[in-house]
Amino acid sequence: MMRLAQHNSGMHVVVCVKQIPDPAEPGSLDPATKTLKRTGNIILDESDSYGVEMALQLVTNAGGGTVSLVSMAPGGETKGLRTALAMGASDAILVSDPALSGTDALGTAKVLAAAIARKSPDLVLTATESSDGYTGTVPSQIAELMGLPSVTFAKSIEIDGSSVNVRRQTESGYEEVTCPLPAVVSVTAGVVEPRYPSFKGIMAAKSKPVEVLTVADLGLSASDVGWAGGGQEIVEIAAAEAREAGRVVEDEGEGFAEIVTFLENLKVI
Amino acid sequence: MAMDNVWVFAEAADGQVKTITLEMLAKAREIADEVSCFFAGDGDDVAEILGEHGASTVFATGDLDNALVGPPVAAALAAKIEADGAPDLIMFGTTYDGRDVAGRLSAKLGAPVITNVVDLVVDGDAVAGVEPVFGGTTNVTTRFTGDAVKIVLIRPKSFAAEPAGGSAADVEDLDVPDLGNTGTATVTARLVEETSGPKLEEAAIVVSGGRGLGEASKYEMVERLAKLLKAAPGASRAIVDAGWVPYSYQVGQTGKVVKPTVYVACGISGATQHMVGMKGAKYIIAINKDKEAPIFSIADLGIVGDVHKVMPKLIEALEGR
Ligand SMILES: Cc1cc2nc3c(=O)[nH]c(=O)nc-3n(C[C@H](O)[C@H](O)[C@H](O)COP(=O)(O)OP(=O)(O)OC[C@H]3O[C@@H](n4cnc5c(N)ncnc54)[C@H](O)[C@@H]3O)c2cc1C
Ligand SMILES: Nc1ncnc2c1ncn2[C@@H]1O[C@H](COP(=O)(O)O)[C@@H](O)[C@H]1O
Repeated sequence: MMRLAQHNSGMHVVVCVKQIPDPAEPGSLDPATKTLKRTGNIILDESDSYGVEMALQLVTNAGGGTVSLVSMAPGGETKGLRTALAMGASDAILVSDPALSGTDALGTAKVLAAAIARKSPDLVLTATESSDGYTGTVPSQIAELMGLPSVTFAKSIEIDGSSVNVRRQTESGYEEVTCPLPAVVSVTAGVVEPRYPSFKGIMAAKSKPVEVLTVADLGLSASDVGWAGGGQEIVEIAAAEAREAGRVVEDEGEGFAEIVTFLENLKVI
Repeated sequence: MAMDNVWVFAEAADGQVKTITLEMLAKAREIADEVSCFFAGDGDDVAEILGEHGASTVFATGDLDNALVGPPVAAALAAKIEADGAPDLIMFGTTYDGRDVAGRLSAKLGAPVITNVVDLVVDGDAVAGVEPVFGGTTNVTTRFTGDAVKIVLIRPKSFAAEPAGGSAADVEDLDVPDLGNTGTATVTARLVEETSGPKLEEAAIVVSGGRGLGEASKYEMVERLAKLLKAAPGASRAIVDAGWVPYSYQVGQTGKVVKPTVYVACGISGATQHMVGMKGAKYIIAINKDKEAPIFSIADLGIVGDVHKVMPKLIEALEGR
């Protein structure tokens, strides 16, 4: 179990940030490895930029501290980390190892939990789900592995002494949740407005420390991660039944009438 | 062929069992001889409806004293599995609490989770989940390997809920062990954001608005149109993030999955993450001023036009009927 960090001063936050293929470029699966191709431009997952911004604001409000980043990427990618460092994070741990290829959510959580523990933070932030994997299970897996409480789907976060108060999204509204620190909190998009890195920030990011660790450095074995650790295998990749495009008409003042007729034919009006 | 037993995470809101639970029960019944549920709350509240949908037993934790449900339910299940053995499969809905419990249980048991599942393929002992990727254009089938407990997270609207006419499920206590530090998150208040008209997930017609509406006040056109069609109003994430409407209106990968008879998309581009939430609609109508907008590739009727011109006329025409 983790204890409240004995840092000198201020608030210490770790933000998990995933580096993903640019969603603007069409994705594809590598038929050989059955994993998402990571050949194009690798960027900071936009979903995680909210966590970075939130962490920076919480540290500022606490009157000081640090925001550390933790990322796992099989090929040593740092571009997304540099973006988050340019926003104002202090330092980063990158876990990179060829053995990580094919790692599932639980394996990812094991790696991230081990890396986060090295920082003994007061608070761990993640996104509710990544843009490319969207399992949405990594945050609670990390919390369980670290023996920590967690609050998922935060739409606002406030630190109150040694607790965190969270507005947690629900299907019909939200709930107020209070939780002692240290804790894992996953944040939704829109929780804060992520800042754009300034020129100064971009320059400063170049010299900020990024510690690169392997699976072995974290005390994990190769059988915990990668395809070996997964307990699942992809057996088929197939095109889904496509929806045909229908009639497209230019509106020249009568477009609305097309809709009325369409609805009439369906007998819904 | 069939599995012996499957467990389903039952959830309720406002005293009503959620549709996703009943959808999962329909599938569970089909693939297993015996179906049980587990529930965070008083089992007697849900035993009847769960039984009617095919569950023989409901394991219930009783009142959790405002704890978030992830840690207590996962710990209780892990303890039960340790004591009595594991089922062949554990099903969760892709919901806030479903993901929390599934994640924690997976970490406790060292068990893999197959997520975003829209169909299950069972062949003897082998179980695989089908997951749509790239906006639903490709299906990936993933099979469990190894001996660990099998956990799946099922997307809403993947199966049709249907009662099987069974009698009330037996209620059994599910003991929650000491949670230590993990169980310390507590709910202090619950707030409901009011929505009017039919529920988004259940409405026969959904009218959604996107960034193409231009400004928050123009969402009123969506609401008026929805009212005229007895439809539920929905939204793209762009305008939820912009604060025009509450999150509960959001349709898509991170919002609600809808499967209405008619879906009307107004000023929505049709991003893959939006489409996975609505492409199951029987008919899709789209209004967008850009004829290249991806939404037109799946629309049965596409109007290339300005929402500010088309929608007021449509509203007027419907009002005049
Ligand atoms: C991890 C992740 C999860 C996501 N989950 C979701 C989700 O659940 N749901 C969701 O919706 N999105 C989701 N998104 C966001 C998604 O990628 C898009 O950004 C979003 O759907 C865009 O919303 P939009 O169509 O309203 O806006 P835009 O993409 O900006 O489109 C606006 C459209 O309006 C049209 N337009 C402009 N003016 C007019 C006019 N006057 N008349 C007619 N048309 C006009 C434009 O041509 C354009 O096509 C997610 C993204 C990520 C990364
Ligand atoms: N490889 C990774 N590196 C860093 N953070 C990650 C990684 N994978 C997942 N996360 C974090 O966990 C969140 C949920 O991921 P997922 O469960 O894959 O949807 C992400 O939004 C990130 O904040």
